[in-house]
Amino acid sequence: MPDAVKRNRLQRLRKSPSYKALAKALWEANPISKQILGICSSLAVTVQMKTALVMAVSLTLVVAFSSLIISSLRRAIPPNIRIMVEVTVIATLVVLADECLRAFMYEVSRQLSVFVGLIITNCIVLGRAEGYALSNPPWRSFVDGLANGIGYGSVLVGVAFFRELLGSGTFFGYPVVPPFFYKMGYVNNGLMRLAPGAFIIIGLFVWLEHTMLSKKKG
Amino acid sequence: MENLISIALNSIFVGNILLAYFLGMCSFLAISKNMKTATGLGIAVVFVLTVTTPVNWLIYHFLLAPGALAWAGFPEVDLSYLKLVLFIATTAAIVQALEMVIDRYSPALYASLGVFLPLITVNCAILGVSLFMVERAYTFPETAVYGASSGIGWALAIITMSAIQKKLRYADVPSGLQGFGINMITTGLMAIGFMLFAGISL
Repeated sequence: MPDAVKRNRLQRLRKSPSYKALAKALWEANPISKQILGICSSLAVTVQMKTALVMAVSLTLVVAFSSLIISSLRRAIPPNIRIMVEVTVIATLVVLADECLRAFMYEVSRQLSVFVGLIITNCIVLGRAEGYALSNPPWRSFVDGLANGIGYGSVLVGVAFFRELLGSGTFFGYPVVPPFFYKMGYVNNGLMRLAPGAFIIIGLFVWLEHTMLSKKKG
Repeated sequence: MENLISIALNSIFVGNILLAYFLGMCSFLAISKNMKTATGLGIAVVFVLTVTTPVNWLIYHFLLAPGALAWAGFPEVDLSYLKLVLFIATTAAIVQALEMVIDRYSPALYASLGVFLPLITVNCAILGVSLFMVERAYTFPETAVYGASSGIGWALAIITMSAIQKKLRYADVPSGLQGFGINMITTGLMAIGFMLFAGISL
């Protein structure tokens, strides 16, 4: 009975710790909206989809690999200097990411300016290292890091989508608002390109999510 | 001189490190509930930024920048890629040293600031200001002014925010928007207010 086997396998997958870690990080405890972490460096890069996507990918890779490395070292790290060790691992990975961006995507790296470097102080990265990688085996920590990075990245790209669409009328740099809209008097909302736009969009995102989640519960 | 004043005004208001560059948001949202602690953290950030930014400038220009090691006989060495690691290390070291000095000489100040000092090491604003200082190629006096006034701008924002939150307790906010949501929107409105200073020219 292949159907039953399939169901059985799916159930076992759902019960595996890696899946649980993934699901938790992606939906129930999304780093930005639930843990209110790591918005620091994230919002400034959300004016365009392109920069937001590059930022999301680099952050995901840094979180995943720093979790993997720290978790593999977790029995060797003396507890009282663990923060120094963690920051050193993270900083090394961020320097690698920064150099790669500069080598292969120079234009984007110039737009991201200091914000790639600021991944070091992003609370998500250190928070995952402290809160998960130090007490879990490497593979599961890697998955957890990956999921947290993707969860964070999805919010980033979501904010960028609205800011680019409303602020510049484009999507990945291609104009999507039809020209006759402008002829009829439609104007791009310049506020969305400025800092306040990002704050307000994040606020509205959280509102939507809270309302949806509370309806589900009730 | 005029240049310095305009850097100071710009980094306190229009280019506020928190409201225009989103740096230091984590502690801003976590601490701004209580006005007293917000003031304490604000003062601690001003303190740390005023000290670390010039120190990082010295480190960058005498050790890391391309050609900076000419005084040691290595004119073609470029260590600028190490700036991230070294800046964060200096920040951590200075915060630790400050903590010990304050503890030794002013126990009263330590009692009110002590809790916040370790938090500051991972505050994005500190590292961000050092990195912006390199990117904008400031001179030493400009860096000193920029560091101090960025700190003042951050402190101003967090103190204002805590005052607004105190008032918000009496407001009737829709249930899904309470907490984090309304804080973000308030911050957005504050950012609009701070941007109005862009019209001022010296």
